[in-house]
Amino acid sequence: MIVEGRAVVIDQDNVDTDVMYPGQFIGILDDDEMAQHLFEGLDPALRDQLVGDTILVCGANFGTGSSRENVPAAMRAAGIKCVVAKSFARIFHRNCINLGVPAIRCPEAVEAARPGSSIGIDIEAGVVEVDGRGFAATALPPFMVELLEAGGLAPWIRAGRGS
Amino acid sequence: MLLAHCEADDIAPGDFVMVAADVVMANDLGGPHAARELVKMGVDEVFDRSKVVVVADHLMPAKDIRAAEMLKALKEWCDRQGVTYYDQGRGGIEHTVLVEEGWVVPGSVIVGADSHSCTYGALGAFGTGMGATDIAGAMALGRFWQIVPGTIVVEYAGEKGDYVTGKDLILALISEIGVAGGTGMALEFVGEGAAALSIDERLAVSNMAVEAGADTGLFPADEVTAAYLENRTDRPWVAERTDPDAEVAGRVRIDLAGVPPLIALPHSPGNIVPVTDAIGRKIDQVYIGNCANGTMTDLRQAAEMLRGRSVHKDTRAIIVPASQKIYRQALAEGLLDAFVEAGCIVMTPTCGACLGGHSGIIAGGESAITTTNRNFKGRMGSNDSFVHLANAWVAAAAAVAGEIVHPADVAGRAAA
Repeated sequence: MIVEGRAVVIDQDNVDTDVMYPGQFIGILDDDEMAQHLFEGLDPALRDQLVGDTILVCGANFGTGSSRENVPAAMRAAGIKCVVAKSFARIFHRNCINLGVPAIRCPEAVEAARPGSSIGIDIEAGVVEVDGRGFAATALPPFMVELLEAGGLAPWIRAGRGS
Repeated sequence: MLLAHCEADDIAPGDFVMVAADVVMANDLGGPHAARELVKMGVDEVFDRSKVVVVADHLMPAKDIRAAEMLKALKEWCDRQGVTYYDQGRGGIEHTVLVEEGWVVPGSVIVGADSHSCTYGALGAFGTGMGATDIAGAMALGRFWQIVPGTIVVEYAGEKGDYVTGKDLILALISEIGVAGGTGMALEFVGEGAAALSIDERLAVSNMAVEAGADTGLFPADEVTAAYLENRTDRPWVAERTDPDAEVAGRVRIDLAGVPPLIALPHSPGNIVPVTDAIGRKIDQVYIGNCANGTMTDLRQAAEMLRGRSVHKDTRAIIVPASQKIYRQALAEGLLDAFVEAGCIVMTPTCGACLGGHSGIIAGGESAITTTNRNFKGRMGSNDSFVHLANAWVAAAAAVAGEIVHPADVAGRAAA
């Protein structure tokens, strides 16, 4: 599984799910409507950068806080194909994988990436390429790769893989 | 604990396992999402209706038409599925309700569509939070995927001082290991300082395990746990603890003699100072409640500060008992009367303002002090507001003073 896109960089650690998707919008169930509020408390202008296939490049403990799945759901709806971070908060990482959004830990790639960098990720191999330079990422366990290839937990269960 | 809930013969930290859930919980946010995901999964019925429980708390009482529609649909879904539903006015805040109603027993595995599901660790259960799709998967299969966490043993040594509560114990730990220090870990709270805590205070400690990044935060079940569970549940339970000599990922020792009342300053639960370092900060709103600190213990502490005194003229104070049962008990003890007389707003149990949802949103430039668990930027309202986290004594004292003070200062002032 190969994912490619242009980097949008959030150069901060401990970015929480509240700033990425404030509580006032939490009752929204439609993914496209959620995407209109993505990053509202962090920097609404970030939404303007989400053009075409985006690879979100982030700092450490990315997605800390609430279990609100609105964040990865909105990211997916906004064209974010993969999140590369120095590290992830647990629930956010789970949510990404369950929604079929690859979330890869690769601090060196984060250091190397600049806004607009061309990024390619080989999910199985655990390699992130930034503007032609390859970096070893923390490989995802085979089960997570299986979920991502299925398109997430819902299609995985629908296909009868869980029983 | 996890070993008893999976098919593997042996497990080690870092292993990938499928774990059977004893209870699967959703609220009025994750519930409607999960119901939608179940449809996508092609699943008509939950795996075991006796093991699925739903609580209305985040959006209730309905803050707008959209919330009302979600609550209506959720009730219909629960009725159709035949799962237990604590409807509006019937339960309260999810984690408090599940503990009170005997859903949580030591050695059990409970997953909830809310990050503070780690609260169940207070009773020695592996409680952990997840998103709505995850919960839908657990509702469909009765199992969920999990990376086996390592263990950090947290020893609370000695006795806590005056005006120090469970809230300060967990803030002291987060101050020590950081907001990501528990990532991939289960915290286990031991030592005489941990054993001396009531269930209410253990709930406050376990609740914020996720603020250290941990999967859960466990108190090994003991006689305090057993006494709490008596006549509350008929679920079988088993007490488990880590062998004192076991090899673990980390050990932290916190001497309670050195822990004063603490405050997490804006905008991180890890931005922790002694209350004495924050004296004089003006406070516009005090909020006492939520799944961490809306217990009888918290309300009694708050009443100690507020009874016979008045909320400062430039401050408003909102009190939110965490459940209907706590609300009635506080009523019976005269606490609610004391709060109202002091000029507080007493609310029905709800998550409301804690997450900036409704019922106590703060304006730009305003500062709040709350007994809740998160103070991220914009958490309780305006993106230009400020939230401080503290225990109920400290929060209630600020209501009287209109600014952050040491609770001993308010206690020393004569009541009217």
